[in-house]
Amino acid sequence: MKFSHEPGQMLVVDDNRVNRLLLTRALEQNDHKVSNAENGKVAMEMLRSKSYDVILLDIDMPEMNGFEVLEAMLQDEELRYLPVIMTSASDELDRVVKCIEMGAEDYLVKPLNPVLLRARVNASLEKKRLRDEQRKLFRTFATPQVAEQLLRDGFSLGGKYVTASIMFTDIRSFTTLSEKQEPAEIIELLNDYFALMFDAITANGGTVNQMQGDGLMAIFGAPANDEDHCEHAVRAALEMIELLKAFNEQRTMQNKEEVRIGIGIATGKVIAGYTGTQHRATYTCVGDTVNLAARIENHTKDAGKPILIDHHTREGLPDQIQVEDLGEVTFKGKQQAIRVFAVNG
Amino acid sequence: MSVIDKTTFDELKQMSGDEFINELIDTFLEDAPKMIEEIKSGLAANNADTFRRAAHSMKSNAATFGASQLAGLAKELEMLGKENKLHETGDRLRALEEAYESVRKELKGLKS
Repeated sequence: MKFSHEPGQMLVVDDNRVNRLLLTRALEQNDHKVSNAENGKVAMEMLRSKSYDVILLDIDMPEMNGFEVLEAMLQDEELRYLPVIMTSASDELDRVVKCIEMGAEDYLVKPLNPVLLRARVNASLEKKRLRDEQRKLFRTFATPQVAEQLLRDGFSLGGKYVTASIMFTDIRSFTTLSEKQEPAEIIELLNDYFALMFDAITANGGTVNQMQGDGLMAIFGAPANDEDHCEHAVRAALEMIELLKAFNEQRTMQNKEEVRIGIGIATGKVIAGYTGTQHRATYTCVGDTVNLAARIENHTKDAGKPILIDHHTREGLPDQIQVEDLGEVTFKGKQQAIRVFAVNG
Repeated sequence: MSVIDKTTFDELKQMSGDEFINELIDTFLEDAPKMIEEIKSGLAANNADTFRRAAHSMKSNAATFGASQLAGLAKELEMLGKENKLHETGDRLRALEEAYESVRKELKGLKS
């Protein structure tokens, strides 16, 4: 692994002035920016008001000791992944072990060895940067909650069976729509449209995993577990239609053609996992349910209803959500007829 | 006889630079009397935690400057505090004060 030697923002927490001075000096000699706290309580206040890259934490302190700081950081979504290096005397390694078990990244023995200090701080800094990058990456295609769960439970490319609700969305007659517009306008339209749809989907716990042309696919109930995935998928669909209404009002004022969409949702067992390479991976799922969702979405044109769902999704809905039974439909490639419902907003 | 280990002190000086070592010595000489006071008040109030923590700080700083005898005495007191045996302090505290006095004199002389 290549270590970067870019300076970082350090927080030194120690109740002893000589120790603080020494650590600060040594870190500053490596071009880091250093802040000080004389006990855990002050440190927690500082951590919550400003962002740091690495913390050097003493164990024995008044007010709030090192264990209590680790505990508090672990409870905090934002601070949980911050690398902490314990600084301790050589005769308290048993306590250091406890800190490492609690989540501390590493440790240094006082009196300090400057070479070890530099190496351990750089290693922690590198880990922090990788973690930040990973979190940023996750957030571009998942909700913060999903990203946190992925980070907590680990990232594996292996697949598994999950029960989820799959949503497909398409713009109606997009080809005709796009023929009447300038290329720049079409891209702008797509970007505005996707931004709205993403908002509705992620606000309801869904993950957008595919965008193709004017269509998108989203998953509810995975990768983060969500018992109410049927309801959340349908609520997202209703919000999408609602947002689109406002979007169309704006377009009408600009003398532009309205955008109409179709949404299909199916629920069932799917094979889900990360596909791609270690460098570029996306969460996706495959299986009959996915095909069915795509077919149902396509059926919105014939049915003349914007939101269609299968009976499994229907079963997972609370009574407040009004649906209309459209009867059984036999889809291409499916042997059994599927009962389809339209969702009325 | 020297009470500061030369190798440890020189390493510290090399790492921190001339100006900074003076600041470090001044800080220690300012804080150490407070630590001794805390050890004393901890003993008087039979507060093992205050006693232990002050002894721990003294041990840590003494070791930083290479004052190994002082560090050793401070560690003994720290252990007593940890085991809640403050009554066994005896003349260890006086020995620590004497050791600190020698360290103080020598550190003053080592300032550049």
